[in-house]
Amino acid sequence: MAAIDISSVGKIYTGGVRAVSDINLDIKDGEFIVLVGPSGCGKSTLLRMVAGLEAISEGTVKIGDRVVNEVEPADRDIAMVFQNYALYPHMTVRQNLEYGLKNRKTPRAEIDARVNEAARMLEITQYLDRKPRALSGGQRQRVAMGRAIVRKPAAFLFDEPLSNLDAKLRVSMRGEIKRLQRRLGTTSIYVTHDQLEAMTLADRLVVLSGGQIEQVGSPLDVYHTPASTFVASFIGSPAMNLMKAELQGDKLAIGPSLISLNGYAPTSGAVTVGLRAEDLRVVSGDEGMPFTVEYVEELGSQRLAHGVVGDQAVTIALSGEAEITDGMRITIDPSKLHFFDAETGKRLDARAPAKAVAAVAEPVG
Amino acid sequence: MAYTTLQPQAGGFLSRLGFGNKARKKPAAAEEMKRVQFTSPVLPYLFLFPQLAVIIIFFYWPSVQALSSSFYIEDPFGFGSTFVGLSNYTDVIFSSEYQSIALFTAVFTLLVTFLSLSIGLLLAVKADRIIRGASTYKTLLIAIYAIAAPVSGLIGMMIFDQHVGPFVKMMSFFGWHMQVGLNYYDTAFAMTVVAVWKQIPYNFIFFLSGLQNVPVSVREAAMIDCRSGLRRFWTVILPLLAPTAFFLLTINVTYALFDTFGIIDVMVKDKPANNPVTLVYKVYADGFRGNDIGGSSAQSVILMIVVFVLTIFQFRFIERRVHYN
Repeated sequence: MAAIDISSVGKIYTGGVRAVSDINLDIKDGEFIVLVGPSGCGKSTLLRMVAGLEAISEGTVKIGDRVVNEVEPADRDIAMVFQNYALYPHMTVRQNLEYGLKNRKTPRAEIDARVNEAARMLEITQYLDRKPRALSGGQRQRVAMGRAIVRKPAAFLFDEPLSNLDAKLRVSMRGEIKRLQRRLGTTSIYVTHDQLEAMTLADRLVVLSGGQIEQVGSPLDVYHTPASTFVASFIGSPAMNLMKAELQGDKLAIGPSLISLNGYAPTSGAVTVGLRAEDLRVVSGDEGMPFTVEYVEELGSQRLAHGVVGDQAVTIALSGEAEITDGMRITIDPSKLHFFDAETGKRLDARAPAKAVAAVAEPVG
Repeated sequence: MAYTTLQPQAGGFLSRLGFGNKARKKPAAAEEMKRVQFTSPVLPYLFLFPQLAVIIIFFYWPSVQALSSSFYIEDPFGFGSTFVGLSNYTDVIFSSEYQSIALFTAVFTLLVTFLSLSIGLLLAVKADRIIRGASTYKTLLIAIYAIAAPVSGLIGMMIFDQHVGPFVKMMSFFGWHMQVGLNYYDTAFAMTVVAVWKQIPYNFIFFLSGLQNVPVSVREAAMIDCRSGLRRFWTVILPLLAPTAFFLLTINVTYALFDTFGIIDVMVKDKPANNPVTLVYKVYADGFRGNDIGGSSAQSVILMIVVFVLTIFQFRFIERRVHYN
């Protein structure tokens, strides 16, 4: 168990293609860090640099007190779980679990004890003498995790371990990984492109885009105060509505409507406004913004209405029984608005003060 | 091996030949593959006919001929033959010349198989690691395979030529005066080198493609589990190459026994001395040069039995240890 310190790390492939640049990340001992981002954002490259499977072009990676830039993967005291399990197909499950320990000259009794314990923990004891090809996807994934656990490493590295499983299994394995990590208290770095997986697993989320860190924070922090329009649109399902708007003093013009912010003015002029689908409310009468429904997604517990305000697409989340009519009007508590720079997409200031609750939206004359 | 199911084309050429698909409903889960059924019982044999004809004309018929003529002594001028029972066989088996040739063949086969497999594997492992200029290396190594056996025999002869051969000249610096074609062991050495050299590219191609089929993530998992590259190779890569290696073992044994004929012929033909030859070459020499059809037939029958036993042994005892994924 150890802390991992990633400082100014960058990756440049031969040919000059830059995959990752200037990553700084302090991972505390026992922390569960999730690297999340769209494909090609450099999250796997970063993980593989920590593992030692990719050379580190710039900066340093420290595991514990040791700089590991030039250390062989086998000597870094890490264990990795791969997306396609990467089990040794010619070995039985037991041999798969033992392999890493045998190569480290662990005493026989110790190996047996650890393998049996891991097998019991993962409920794969009855498969120990089978070859991987005789196992299902979920069982193979358990074996892959077992191979990591028996090593008792300083850190677990997970490279999209659940993306080859079906949706139901993914949810249950997700819970299991979280439970195991809690129990073992091993520092973990987990790579995924699934924001839901990221939200549910992470102690801290690292959102990556274009090889750079967009935001680091606890899942709720990232959800409630996204640092940029990229994070806002990536974290949360449905994605946050991002609308072009204009601030005139403390009045916000969105499409055809005007929202009063009661004296709050983070900036002036063009701005991007973020509205969470569940923060939008349907109102009766002439208040609010006119919302034209285009189609509805029924999720059972809630329904998502996709439509337009003016000419901008908006999604709102309604309770399962909510009525959907033509010519609906929607409004939002101004304290729940997110303001982003229209040019850079970076977050502006904090949010509107709570006293601005009494929002009056009025049609633009 | 991939099995392809012929998809019947409605109203097409195949169905007019009586090639209809009357797939009966089987209990669920039972049938994984679609079963193609023939409406006329003659049709499948018609499809098999060309293949069967080739096998019968070029394999079974000559085999039966060899078997029958091995019991006769044939007049060298073709004026008739006399039934002699098993005496062709006993003559062959108890001749000391045949025994020494059999011994040489065994040693030669073992050496050629072992060396060409191990050198081919070594080159494949090295070429697999190269990233820059990989295709140039591969092409250079594979190109040798395009050379016909007699030509490579000829090239080998030139390398080992007593007057102009560069290898011979090089060796004479070390005090080894090679006399290929005259000295039994020098000839055996040259023969083995050329035979191995000729077969390496073939093994190289298969080992290389086998190596490239080992999943990258399995190699990476092994890198994390095991520091020593050599140990990784023995414990992870090599077992995954076993199916390829087994296939090549069978092919290489056959090559050393039979396909080295061209090389041997070029090397020992017209040479006066007692040169090493393999059993196959002796069959040819006795039958077509010595005109001893009966004795030569008996030898080829013996050879057939040897290969038969060898093949059974390989599949029974070696293939069991092979892991197919």
